[in-house]
Amino acid sequence: MTGAARRTAALIRKETWQLLRDPSSIAIGIVMPLAMLLLFGYGLDLDVKNVPVAIVMEETSADAQGAASGFDLSNYFDAVHVKTMAEAETLLLDRTVRAIVRIPPDFARDVQNEQAEIQVIVHGADANTARISLGYARGAVAAWMAREAVRGRALAVAPVSVQGRMWFNEANESTYFLVPGLIVLVMTLIGALLTALVVAREWERGTFEALFVTPVRSAELLLGKTVPYFVLGMIGLALSVIGSLVLFGVPFRGSALVLAGVSVLYLLVALGIGLVISSATKSQFLASQAAMMISFLPAMMLSGFMFDIRSMPWVIQMITYVFPARYFVSLLQTIFLAGNVWSVILPNAAVLAGMAAVLIALSVRLTRKRLA
Amino acid sequence: MPGDSAAGAVVAVRDLRKTFQRETGETVTALDGIGFAVAPGTLAALIGPDGAGKTTLIRLLCGLMLPDDGEVEVLGQNVSAAPQEVQNVVGYMPQKFGLYEDLSVQENLDLYADLHGVTRDERAAIYPRLMEMTQLGRFRQRLAGKLSGGMKQKLGLACTLVRTPRLLLLDEPTVGVDPLSRRELWEIVTTLIEEDGLSVLVSTSYLDEAERCDHCVVLHEGRMLAEGAPGTITAKAEGCSYIAAPPEGMPARSLQARLFATPGVVDAVPEAGKVRVVRATRENRAPIGIEGKEVTLKPVPARFEDGFMTVFAAVAGDSARNTLDLRAAEEGSAEVAVEVRDLVRTFGDFTAVDRIGFQVRRGEIYGLLGPNGAGKSTTFRMLCGLLPASAGTLHVAGADLRTSRAEARERLGYVAQKFSLYGDLSVDDNLRFFASAYGLRGRRRRERIAWAKDQFDLAPLATLPSRQLPGGFKQRLAMAAALLHEPQILFLDEATSGADPLARREFWGRITALAESGVTVIVTTHFMEEAEYCDRIIIMDAGRALAEGTPAEVRARAGGTAATMEDAFIAIVEKARQAGARGAA
Amino acid sequence: MTGLRRSLLRILALMRKELLVILKDPRSRAVLLAPPVVQCLVFGYAATYDLNQVTYALVDQDRSVVSREFVSRFDGSGIFERVATVNRVEDAAPLLLAGDVVLVVAIGPGFMRDIAAGGQGAVQVIADGRNSNTAGIAQGYVAAIATAFGADVQRLLGRSGAAVQVVSRAWYNPSLETRWHMIPSLIGAITMLMTMMLAAMSVAREREEGTFDQLLVAPFRPTEIMIGKAVPSMLVGLVQASLILLVALLWFRIPFAGSYLVLYTGLMLFLAAAIGIGLFLSSLAKNMQQAMILTFLLLMPFMLLSGLMAPTENMPAALRWFTMVNPLNYAITITRRVYLEGAGYDVLLPDMLALGAIAAVTLPVAAWFFRNRLA
Repeated sequence: MTGAARRTAALIRKETWQLLRDPSSIAIGIVMPLAMLLLFGYGLDLDVKNVPVAIVMEETSADAQGAASGFDLSNYFDAVHVKTMAEAETLLLDRTVRAIVRIPPDFARDVQNEQAEIQVIVHGADANTARISLGYARGAVAAWMAREAVRGRALAVAPVSVQGRMWFNEANESTYFLVPGLIVLVMTLIGALLTALVVAREWERGTFEALFVTPVRSAELLLGKTVPYFVLGMIGLALSVIGSLVLFGVPFRGSALVLAGVSVLYLLVALGIGLVISSATKSQFLASQAAMMISFLPAMMLSGFMFDIRSMPWVIQMITYVFPARYFVSLLQTIFLAGNVWSVILPNAAVLAGMAAVLIALSVRLTRKRLA
Repeated sequence: MPGDSAAGAVVAVRDLRKTFQRETGETVTALDGIGFAVAPGTLAALIGPDGAGKTTLIRLLCGLMLPDDGEVEVLGQNVSAAPQEVQNVVGYMPQKFGLYEDLSVQENLDLYADLHGVTRDERAAIYPRLMEMTQLGRFRQRLAGKLSGGMKQKLGLACTLVRTPRLLLLDEPTVGVDPLSRRELWEIVTTLIEEDGLSVLVSTSYLDEAERCDHCVVLHEGRMLAEGAPGTITAKAEGCSYIAAPPEGMPARSLQARLFATPGVVDAVPEAGKVRVVRATRENRAPIGIEGKEVTLKPVPARFEDGFMTVFAAVAGDSARNTLDLRAAEEGSAEVAVEVRDLVRTFGDFTAVDRIGFQVRRGEIYGLLGPNGAGKSTTFRMLCGLLPASAGTLHVAGADLRTSRAEARERLGYVAQKFSLYGDLSVDDNLRFFASAYGLRGRRRRERIAWAKDQFDLAPLATLPSRQLPGGFKQRLAMAAALLHEPQILFLDEATSGADPLARREFWGRITALAESGVTVIVTTHFMEEAEYCDRIIIMDAGRALAEGTPAEVRARAGGTAATMEDAFIAIVEKARQAGARGAA
Repeated sequence: MTGLRRSLLRILALMRKELLVILKDPRSRAVLLAPPVVQCLVFGYAATYDLNQVTYALVDQDRSVVSREFVSRFDGSGIFERVATVNRVEDAAPLLLAGDVVLVVAIGPGFMRDIAAGGQGAVQVIADGRNSNTAGIAQGYVAAIATAFGADVQRLLGRSGAAVQVVSRAWYNPSLETRWHMIPSLIGAITMLMTMMLAAMSVAREREEGTFDQLLVAPFRPTEIMIGKAVPSMLVGLVQASLILLVALLWFRIPFAGSYLVLYTGLMLFLAAAIGIGLFLSSLAKNMQQAMILTFLLLMPFMLLSGLMAPTENMPAALRWFTMVNPLNYAITITRRVYLEGAGYDVLLPDMLALGAIAAVTLPVAAWFFRNRLA
């Protein structure tokens, strides 16, 4: 037993030295997570703010000015006033503005008759931004009407008022769900891609051959390979968590222990994928391609990290169940923003645990001390 | 198995068979009906050309592969049944020892010591001994990737010796290793056998190494050709070996090439300005007629290599003989093809090449010799224009290839150290590409490709992806590609490294023929006996030229004691190193 | 003149060889052609912000005719799916927590009374903000239903509608589908992923296998090697782009508004820029592993900061500078605008010039590094 422990320790030590000396490991393990944290945190903002709009006032009454002020005052819009519709259309076409707000002639008269219209034309190419901008436009007009009401003017309003509230993310910040979701990418990179590369490298460089003809057992080899990358993955986790809390002020409502626990599970799954890929391909090039295709891209696109799974057609939704990332993203978003919600944590964690067990068993089976 | 001759043997192999499935689906028989035994405390050798099955056999002994049929017993254990037990007690050094290049010498050693469960006290005893044997003591902290080829091999050996194994398995431990390091490696192995009673099984294509062994197993295409003490193999050529002196004005290599192509001659190699000939029949002293001149043969005692070639001639026949047409040698030309003066190349504060200078005339074969890291390859890369020189001048066919127009490079051919053609492309595609790259087209392109395929026997393999070619044919293809455009100067960088004796003879036959047709050839090599084929050689060490001249002149420089070119080489390098050490002190 | 001819022949030989290496192996053929189509299909469906199904829990504390009518609008919408009906908001909270519902729609007591009195009936909508994007869209849907319902109520009661209404139109994408926006962008994104990798691998692989020395010893000029390597990758990229275009046209049936000539001009310039970057990385790398990691490190920001997933306008200035040298940023602008808006050369000239400039810098630099790589 002490023999096994000593051998495993020696392999871990060796792998750690290699990891520390290999700039590409550091690049994938440390530089990449940090870069992604900054890029996602600062660069990828799904929130729509400061939408440039062109306002065409075809009437200069007080009401028209007031309605336009709703856009001027809103945080969501950067309004420019233009004279004619033709001018505004040019701006929309060359994408200087995203929307045109047209206040037609006879606006004030129509307001009195309670049948005024404000026309909003959005550039539909970016449908998401367009849709959200439309909602804000309604809000801007409503805000003006509310101000008028305060001044004692009774403008007819819609009979149903909808008060929206956003739980878990009152500030409506996309950073709050994007940044924690990033952890899934970091863990996938370190666990699957990096591990697949380093194990494939041993096969490719023939370093396994000499190692095999020693008292070492294949389980010890696997353990020696995975422990350092496991630690690196946990460091990546810590970096991402600290980054989200400190740099982006993401709320953390669950417990750190639960987060660590489920991250361990996902990391084991990722490591398992990496080991299986490398044993199956035994070449760095193929391993990296396979790791990209079956772990990284799904973690990015099919996990609910950026694109909500609920928005996908059911066939694609079914596909997402195959990839472990979806379970982890759901856990991350819950633990960060909602807290320790056991009804979410337990089933997702159970699936991850099951996947980890299967993958690790498979990798042990595949890593035999044999040459092809 | 009672009564078996292999009782008590460290290795016992019976009726061993192993086949592989190629990607294309065809089955390749790697080993067929192999059976032999190795006695404890002896040194046994597996010899044979590329693809004979040596590596497969050793891997089977280690339990890294399972046999299709037959039994493998190592140290009394059935390997198929208990591979781990065998792996616990043998030491194995694969052909490409998997050192961790980003770990230091000490870290590599420690890793293997830990894996083998060597205690601290045992380490205290064995490390100094290993360091002394391998002379790696000074480099303990150096990363393994920064060691020279020879030092890497010694470190690999040291890693397998962190605890004394009961059986040591070495797979071609000296491929690509210079003569000095080779000698040192063998000293380590012989010491272990003598002092520790170790049993060793080594595979090699160096026949002088096989000759040192107690027991030889000769393999060819997965079958055993012969087995026994080296003497029994030497005996097969007894009475067939002769020395022939070349006629006036004919270089030894020209005579060698002609003799080698003569029916009834098993082997011919140049040796100290003359040619050693092995005939197929005994006591046949009849002179051989070469180009109308009678060449007289003086009988000499047979050596191991002669016996080996005799064994091979019986199976290989004449098929391996090249069919190059040999023309009468042109008159020695005075035209200088390559000129190098005060060539210097530095990497940072390390001087890889230090004021080297030489001249090569047209039609000459010029050899660059030296231990690993001597600066041969750096010189070579500068000559080919792959690397800029730090200082000095060099002219190749009247131009500096680094700065000249691209067309100037059409005059040279280049065969790299390791096979470097496109492995995914077929033989035909590779030839077509290189023909076009050198500006051949239309009928001429077709003619030259047909010539190359015919000359190098590549036609039957024309559609095979070149990666799947047998080792010898890869080398032929590389030569063919380099010769398509009929270069004036041919650069060959360790082209015979790892090649077996048959392939090497064939290779040199072609080179001789090229030189005779006026092509200038510059080679680097680790095989010192190949220096005998060169008109002139330069011996380099640590970036400096130690000796230059004809092989005979260089041998004379080493003093009268050097029997072979290898001895001369070692004497010169060691003398220079001692002088250097004294100078430094 | 003959020099030029010989040079051309060498380039042709190298191009032929490159294509053979890429296409000879059926596996590598499959790797180059199948994934773009699969990725386009999967991501075309997956990468969407459109919400087709919203689960909600209902809390109806009014229980009046009006509130029931209001709720029926949800259930009849085809988008909303009621998962539970509970009495108090607190009872709905666990459902929201567990992710079973996206929204809780709570109709307050006095909903009918307030409306009848001419005031406003209050509806509270609580959304799961763990994905604030989805939550915002779902809330938008509720607002739209409420507006429509309100208008009907007014009509029924014989009142006029709200004093001011916002009427909207969307140009180029009348039904506001994000897929229309996403799929043309995928033409650039997917081809970039593949061609940059291909170009980055090509030189690194030859260096690792030793064949690059063989090329340098042959009478190739660095420019010839560069052209011989860039053109085949470009051809592969164009084939991939055309495949994705076909998927967009025939499968997703997104109407193509522009000129194919303009689109392909833009794609050629884009591929030249992407391959230039790939070859540049490749000429720097010592081996395939390094080339792969360098490419990957650069591909990530290229993808993220391209406007593919989020508009570039919201980015901080420093990152917007980066988008200026990001070929994908220009490619996405070009493909979207040609595809959806029918934009022509006049509009896209600045983007095309930028792509040309990136190619004009990276390709020669890569060629120079072929011979002069730092040892």
